[in-house]
Amino acid sequence: MNIILNNNPETIETDRITLQELIDHKNYTFKLLITKINGQLVKREDRKTIQIKDGDNIAVIHLISGG
Amino acid sequence: MCFDHKYYREEMTFKEIKTIIKNKTVGIAGAGGLGSNCAVALARVGIGKLIVCDFDVITRDNLNRQYYFFEQVGQKKAFALGDNILFINPNVTVEAHTVKLNPEKIIRIFKDCDVIVEAFDQAEMKQMIIETVLENMPETPLVTGIGMAGWGDNASIVWKKIDNLYICGDGKTEIAENCPPLAPRVGIVAHMQANTVLEILLNKHMNNEYHSQ
Repeated sequence: MNIILNNNPETIETDRITLQELIDHKNYTFKLLITKINGQLVKREDRKTIQIKDGDNIAVIHLISGG
Repeated sequence: MCFDHKYYREEMTFKEIKTIIKNKTVGIAGAGGLGSNCAVALARVGIGKLIVCDFDVITRDNLNRQYYFFEQVGQKKAFALGDNILFINPNVTVEAHTVKLNPEKIIRIFKDCDVIVEAFDQAEMKQMIIETVLENMPETPLVTGIGMAGWGDNASIVWKKIDNLYICGDGKTEIAENCPPLAPRVGIVAHMQANTVLEILLNKHMNNEYHSQ
């Protein structure tokens, strides 16, 4: 399926993938993330259950300390 | 003419800018390196009101990047920042809270803000405020600072917008013993945040003017 991930078009070779599986697949190793699908916040605890659909616009933001 | 937020930029005199932003309120979540410098920049330009929240006191180590003075060591940051801002621009109203923010307090204290600036140091706190604002106050723009430790590498510091969330920083340099946060890069990101706040406030004004015609 085709998705937009952090503003870039991506093709994923599967029809069934959760947000957490996508994060693992992309090797996003930062511990703290903010995730959004189509503008809606997806909380940490929901990433393992929410399914990605064709055409979804996904944002994964890494959080790091410093300020 | 295109009034889209992304592409439209009106020219204004400083007097016109001040007339708009003197009626605006900005929340500053954290008065460390990002928050103190961002707040001072907004005060210089003439923001109407700043709501500053920080639970901490100033230490000598903070002076390598934060907008405080040697003789203020030991003072509470939120109040000391209010004092410093009034030395620069006494027309700014500063509402200072010595408080450790949590979701309930963020919603209550920042509810009337036109924009909120995320200026925490800990990643966990950044995550907490971003989730809180996106979930409970999605109409309020949130300007975050992510990644500014170390020195040099100017070109890595970038800006991006995801809906109402604005991200300033390099997105990668985590603070560490051998990669400390220092005035120059922290200042760049803090001022990028202030610049973003100004852009949001002035664009919003221009869009409102356009829609009311």
